[in-house]
Amino acid sequence: MPCISPDGKPTSSGMALLSALKEGSSSPEDIARKTGRPIYLVRSGLRELKIAGYVEEEGDTRYRLTDKGAALLK
Amino acid sequence: MAEETVGLPVLGQPAPDFEALTTHGVLRLSDFRGMWLVLFSHPADFTPVCTTEFIAFAQLYEEFKKRNVELLGLSVDSISSHIAWIRNIEEKMGVKIPFPIIADLNKEIAKKYGMIHAGQSKTETVRCVFIIDPEGKIRAILYYPLTTGRNMHEILRLIDALQTTDKYKVATPANWKPGDPVVVPPPSTTEAAEERLKVAAQEGYTCKDWYLCFKKLPEG
Repeated sequence: MPCISPDGKPTSSGMALLSALKEGSSSPEDIARKTGRPIYLVRSGLRELKIAGYVEEEGDTRYRLTDKGAALLK
Repeated sequence: MAEETVGLPVLGQPAPDFEALTTHGVLRLSDFRGMWLVLFSHPADFTPVCTTEFIAFAQLYEEFKKRNVELLGLSVDSISSHIAWIRNIEEKMGVKIPFPIIADLNKEIAKKYGMIHAGQSKTETVRCVFIIDPEGKIRAILYYPLTTGRNMHEILRLIDALQTTDKYKVATPANWKPGDPVVVPPPSTTEAAEERLKVAAQEGYTCKDWYLCFKKLPEG
C-alpha cells in the first residue's frame, strides 16, 4: 500500500516500515518478516520513503532511518 | 492490408520490466524478485466474465501464497475504476480481492507484453497470463479470448509443474498433478539409451521404452 500520502507524510503503512527500522538498519526481507507485509510492498514502500527523505540505503541491500524519519518516531 | 502483429514476450527470456500504478501503490516488476508472479490481464472492470475470474483468483489466493506466488492483475481501466469494482465485488459477492491491479491507462505494459490482440479488441486487453519465476524469467504464457474465463486450477497446476521441474529436474506428462509420476529426462546418446533400460529397475523407473520413463517423487 502507498507509504506516502499526498501531503508528503507517511501513511500508516509507511509508519509501520519506519517503526521496523527503529532498532537499526535492516534489509527489506527482514522488514517483511517483522511487519508481516509482502516483500513486494516493503520494497515499493521503502522506495517511496527514500524519495520522501525518511529512509536511506546503507549499501545495496539495507535501509536505515534518516534524521527526518527518526524524528517521526520520537 | 497486413494485420497488426503483437510483440510477444518469449519463454525463458526476462520479463519486460515495468513500473506501474496499482491499487497497492507504485510497483515495479523487480519488487517481486525472489517470488513467482502471475501477471494477468482482463478486458475491463465491471464485466461479468472478469468478475467471475477475480472471484476465482481470490478464492485460490491462499493456495498461490503457499507456493510463494503473488498475483498481479492488469487492465486499461483507471485506479478509481479498479477500486470501485473490487469494492463492489466485496459488497455484492462477499469476496475480498487481496492482490494488486495495475491501471495501465496508456497501455504501455499491455503493449510490452502483447496483451492487446486487434482481432479480439483494439482497446481491451485479452485474458493473458504470464508466469514469471523468482529470477524474473517468463516461464509460461496463456492467452484466452474475451469470451472464455480462465481455469484458475490449471494455472495453479502449471505452477506446481514448473516448481516440480525446477526442484527435481524432471518433466511432467499430460494431465499431471502433484503426486503423479513424473517423466525422467530422456537419454541424449545411444549409449545412455542402452543404459536407461538396464538401470530402470534399480533407479525405480517405470519405462515404456528407453525414451519414456516415469518415476515417483519422494512424498512432500
